Formats: sequence, C-alpha cells, structure tokens
Amino acid sequence: MGVSDRYDRGRRLFLEDPVRAVLVVIAVVLVLDLVRQLAVGQTQISEFGVMLKDGLMRGLFFGLAGIGLSMTYSILNFANFSHGDFITSGSFAGMVVTYVIAGGFGAEADIGSLALVGADGSVYGAQLGIGVATTPLAVVAGAVVAGVATVLLALFIDRLVYRPIRDRSGIALLITSIGVAFALRYLIQFVFGPSRRGVTDSGAVPSIGIPAVDGVVSVNLHEVSLLVVSVLLMLGLHLLLQRTRLGKAMRAMADNEDLARITGIPTERVVRFTWIIGASLAGVAGYMFVLWNGTLHWFQGWILLLPIFAAVILGGIGSVYGAIVGGLVIGLTMSVSIVWIPSGLARAAAFLLMIVVLLVRPEGIFAGRSTA
Amino acid sequence: MSDDEGGASEPAGLAAVWDNDATKLVALVGGILALYVGAGTLLDYGVRQQLNSIGLLVFYIAVFAMLALALNLHWGYTGLFNIGVIGFMAIGIYVTAVLSKSATVTEPAAGSIGGFGLPLWLGIIGGVVAAAVFGVLVALPALRLRADYFAIVTVGISEIVRFTLLESSFQQMQLFGYFVGLGGGSGLILDFDITDSLLDAVGVAEPYAGLTESLGATLGLGGNPKPVFDSLYYGVLLLVFLVLFYLLLRRVGNSPFGRVLKAIREDEEATKSLGKDTNRFKIKSFTIGCALMGLAGILFYAEQGAITPNAFRPRITFFVWIALIIGGAGSNTGSVMGGAVFAAFLFRGPLFLKNVIQESFDIGAVSTFGQAVSPLISGLNPVPMLAYAIDNLAQLQLVIMGLTLIYLMHNRPEGLLGHRQEPAACIPLTGLSRSDTATAPATETDGGVASKGGDGDE
Repeated sequence: MGVSDRYDRGRRLFLEDPVRAVLVVIAVVLVLDLVRQLAVGQTQISEFGVMLKDGLMRGLFFGLAGIGLSMTYSILNFANFSHGDFITSGSFAGMVVTYVIAGGFGAEADIGSLALVGADGSVYGAQLGIGVATTPLAVVAGAVVAGVATVLLALFIDRLVYRPIRDRSGIALLITSIGVAFALRYLIQFVFGPSRRGVTDSGAVPSIGIPAVDGVVSVNLHEVSLLVVSVLLMLGLHLLLQRTRLGKAMRAMADNEDLARITGIPTERVVRFTWIIGASLAGVAGYMFVLWNGTLHWFQGWILLLPIFAAVILGGIGSVYGAIVGGLVIGLTMSVSIVWIPSGLARAAAFLLMIVVLLVRPEGIFAGRSTA
Repeated sequence: MSDDEGGASEPAGLAAVWDNDATKLVALVGGILALYVGAGTLLDYGVRQQLNSIGLLVFYIAVFAMLALALNLHWGYTGLFNIGVIGFMAIGIYVTAVLSKSATVTEPAAGSIGGFGLPLWLGIIGGVVAAAVFGVLVALPALRLRADYFAIVTVGISEIVRFTLLESSFQQMQLFGYFVGLGGGSGLILDFDITDSLLDAVGVAEPYAGLTESLGATLGLGGNPKPVFDSLYYGVLLLVFLVLFYLLLRRVGNSPFGRVLKAIREDEEATKSLGKDTNRFKIKSFTIGCALMGLAGILFYAEQGAITPNAFRPRITFFVWIALIIGGAGSNTGSVMGGAVFAAFLFRGPLFLKNVIQESFDIGAVSTFGQAVSPLISGLNPVPMLAYAIDNLAQLQLVIMGLTLIYLMHNRPEGLLGHRQEPAACIPLTGLSRSDTATAPATETDGGVASKGGDGDE
C-alpha cells in the first residue's frame, strides 16, 4: 500500500466521518502528551503506576458488576436502574456477616451494633481489625453472603415487581426499576443509618512495594484479593457460558427470545439464572469493592451505577466480555484522566467518554457479539 | 372531550373543556389547601404557622406542576425520555446567579464570590436562554439515540453538570474584570430577591411593606410579619407562572407543531414518511422544554437564599417523573394535577405528618434501627419502632415514593388523574382502551396483558 493511498484513505475518513476523525486526533494528542509528561517528569512514573493500578481495580469492579447489568439488559431488554442498589444491598449484607463474625458474635461489641455495621459510629471496622489477613474467615463468609443475599433479593424483586410486567416495553420496566432503586436505597438508609463508615482496618493490610523507575507502587492484599476474585469469577462465567447448556440457552435467548422459546428453551428458567448470575456477581463485586475501598455508605451503588452503565455501553450491551473490557476502559479513564483535568471531574470524564461512545459507536466495542 | 386533540376544530367545545379542566385544577388545589388548613386548625396552629404552611405548600405544588408540564412536553408529547431534568434546572439558576449577583471588581474576601451585577430580569432571561442553549447542545447529537440510551445520556449529563459545579477550579475566576465563579462545593449566596425586586419594579414596595405591617397586626402574626407574606406572595407569583406554563403548553400541544410532536411519539418513521423533518421538531420541542425547566429551576431556587451543587442530585428529576406519572403522561391537565398531588401528599405530606405527630405526642427519640427493632422482637413493643420511623420519615418518604412508582407502573401506568383520551406515551404504558387504532405504539410490545387498568375515570 503506497503512501498516497494511505493518505487518501485518511482524507476520506476525515471527510466521511469528521466526528470520529476529530476524536482519533484528540486521543493521539492525549497519548503523546502523556508520553511527554512522563518523559519530562511532570507526572512521575510511579505516580502514573498508582493511577494505572487504581484504574485496574475500579475497572475490574465495573466489569464484574457490569456483567449482571449487561445480561439483564440483553435478556430482559431493559436498563436496570436498580442494579446499583443491588450492589449496595449485597455490600451491606456481606458486611453485616463480616462484622458479626469479626466481632466474635457479640463478644467484642454489642451484637446489635455489629449487625447494623456500626450505625452511628458505634463500632468501627478498624476496631474489629477487619481485613483479608486479619480476619480471613469473616471476609470469606461476608463475600459469600454478599452474593447469596443479593441473589435472593433480586429473585424476590423479580418475582414481585418485574415478572408481572415482563411483557411491557423496556421503558416501562426502566421506570419501574427506578422505583425499585429508590425503595431499596432509602430502605437501606433507614435501617443502617446515613453515615459513611470505615469498614476495614486499613492500616493493617499487608502490602508490598513494587519499585518503579522513580519511586515505588505499593500493592496491598485487598487489591490482590479483588484482582483474584474478579478474574476467577470472570473465568468461571466464561466457562459457564461457553461449556454448559445453560450458557448456550442464555446466549440464544439474548439473541432472539421468540426463536429461543420456539426451540424449546425454558425462557423463564433462563431468566431466573440471569438474575442469579448477575446478582451474585454484583453482590460479590460490591463487597470486594467495599473491602478494597474501605468505606461503605448507603448511596454507594447509585454513584457506581452510572460508570457501570458506561462500561456496559462501551463494551456493547449483552456482551459479557464487552462489559469486562468496558469496565477496564472506564476505570482507567477515571484514574488516568486526572493527569489532564482536576480530580473532581474524573467521573465527568468517564461519563463523557460514555456519551461519546454512544454517539459514535452506539453498538459498543464488542458490537454484534451477544453474550459471547 | 380531550384537552389535546379533538377540541381544536370545535372552538365552542374547546371552551367548555377548558372551563372543565380549569375547574378541576382549581378544585384540586383548593381541596388540598383546605385539607392542610383543616389539619392545621385541628392541631391549634397559629395564624402564622398556617400561613407558612400554606405558602410552602403552594410553592411546591407550583414548582412540581411546572416541572411536570415541561417534562410532559418532552415525554408525553414528543417521547423524549429525559431523566436529566435537574441538570437544566441547575444551569438555569446558576447562570441567573452568576449574572445577577452584585458585581465585584476588586479582589473579594475569601469565601465571597461576586457576579456581573445585571438586573434580575436580565439574569432570569439569561438563565432560561442558557438552559435552552444547553438543551440544543445535548439534543443535537443525542436525539439519534434510542430512548433508553437517551435516558442514560441525559442522566449522565445532569451529573456532569453537578460535578462541574462542584469543581473547585471553577470556584472563582476573573472574567472581564469581574470576580465571578460557581462557588465549588460551598455554593453561591443569592443576594437578590425576586419578590422585592418585582415590587420595586412595579413601585409598590413601600405600600406592600405598610400592608404587611398592618395586616400582620390585624391577624396577630407577631413581630416581623413580612417573611410570611413574602412566602404567600411568592406562592401566588408561582401560580401565575404555572398558569402561563399551562397556557403555553396547551397552545403548543394543540398547534400543528404539537400534532407533529404527538405523531413523532406514536410513530417516528411514519411521520418522517409524511415529509416532516422529525429531528428538527424533536430539537425544538426539547429546547422549549429545557428552557421551561431552566425557568422552573430559577423559580425553585431563587428564593432559597443560597444554592449548593449537591441540591441538584438526580432525585429531583425522579420526583418530577413520579409527579408526571401520577398525573398521566401526555396530558397537561394531568401533569398539573400530578404535580399538585405529588407535592401535597408524597413530598410535603409525610413531613407535615411528622411535625404533627412530634408536636402532639411526646415520643422518645430512638437513634438507631437496632434500638428500635430490639424491643419489637423481645417485647412486641412497637413504640420505639414507630418513633424511629417517624423520626426518619424523610427517608421512609422516599421508600414510599419508590413503591408508589412501582405500584403505578403495575396498575395505572396511564396515570391516576388526568383524562387523556388518546393513546399517549410512545411507550405502550397500558392496555389502552383503543390500542387497536392505526396509531400503534412505536415500540415493539403492547403491554395489554398485564394491566387491566385503563378505565381512565376519576
């Protein structure tokens, strides 16, 4: 391919799709500027390493939590705005168990305070020494309960709220899910109180320093746990979707529900498994995120919901792998964007990226590959 | 019979319907006010307390009705699923604030931020125009999107607006020699007063002050009666704005322009095939709605004395949605009714109830859910639980709103009130009584099975 040929193609791209061309130019300029900043030392390499690590952690969470959203979006055909509050519910349920076990079932603090995750500052996570290294049993139990509780909650809500209006349009279901989100969120606030609490003994988390060129990037055990749990769950889901009949049925249903039903796929059962998988991943992801982040509050899920939506849309709705990739992109965008913009606008940058993707490539990166 | 469709060709019938709708609305608002006054009387409220409660109630009824009307133009008429209402409100009031706060040309003291010192009416126009322009900016690219994507984009944008307002980099800057800014997390103090400046403009500030004094003395309001009358007078002002909103949107809805909007809502492809440039219509409709939302935002916050970014969380958007769905999307009369019902019963009602209960009964405070629930389990003693619930009614209220929304979507998706006769919202909200007509819904399924509601009475 000659130079003039390539030049011609470039010019055609500019003429035919100026928006996309401008975006490409902006992306290239940003990357070059990043290289310059790193070379000049305006941004330290170790600093950048920390950003990448934080972005990776957030991204894994967004991806893991986004899988459920993506699946309900493609199989049940609606944008579930209550997904964020499923995440909050799971985190709280898991933390209740962690607190109760770490608090020795009432030995170290009032059992009521433990069961309310230290509402009103009655018990702090640091007091109980909560952490993967210090209280491994409590954490494992908490993660499991987070998943199970979220599944039960999702099935309960589906039975009560979504199933009766399953055949309505996506918009009607979307509006209903906003109602569910409200009810859940403020019920959580009603029970657990409005305070934002520290739930881990963040000082006692073992960490190692990885030397970067001009400093160290420290990685702690909670980050490693988030990484390990996310990767394991994603792998498990991959095997489930590719190797089992259920996975095949799910993919078929996401593709064409009527056809799936005609073929004899028990669609209602598939829907149930969709909720089970999506909700358990959301609950565990929420719990691991809280463990990593160290704080827990009642509107956590709502705040995280929009970036998760961004991840799912970026990856292409219905695509599980898209959700994972989209999550990583959104997570990295949020943490790396502070190289150029004030940190308060990091989330705005992620939303902007989502809007741009919707406008330029509404079908997402992994377009046309439903659930596979 | 319809307030939207049929009447246009029959002026006589239209007038009759208008009377009918107006009476309905006045009766509803009057009934709500009477209910509150009655409750206040039973509780031995003083005159001052009564007037305050009425002023507040009228204020919320008017703003939610206005917002619901504006949203109805987007959703009920054009089928644009906008869940970023609060973003446009925020832009309206912030631009007004920056334009009309008193000018500061010398470096101000820390924490105080100036504005451009323009007259308030100019600031309000500026705010409305800014909201409209922002609406165009959003609409131009986003209107191509599917309804659910459009929803996510609009809610994302409203959050971007909030983050921008929160950002400390824009807290203060120097522009054309003026020290202005968005105030960051601590917000802006509004050093103007709509009520006073309007009185000044008409030249009745002095008589008004005298009137409040004498009337206050007659009614026995005690010292400083002006704020009470201010709130009442502002409520009346908002009602005037509400009437203007209503008339404007009715006019829009019945115009050829409005009929195209409804056609777009029902079937955009078909409308396109009739030679209508649907995108232009959608952009226009979206812009008008955004301008009205900006104005409603200005009226909502201008009398609050100060604004902070965190007042502009998405939940206000959902309040407006609940109001619209209560009223029934697609009907202007229904929107106003929905706004009134929402404000009176879902928004103000629980708090009113809380005040009433806390003033009439001496129930001890219970600070955590645990202290509330343990007596209930161990001794079947529900009192602490009730006390806790009442103390935290502000949160329970939102739970109730969520449940109301779910209930409405299940049972009365066409709205509790209003009397929409046409198959409205582009979503097939219901088993419509006339879903067999040519105006089949644009989206794929008609949910006629699940819902038996649709008798549309009341």
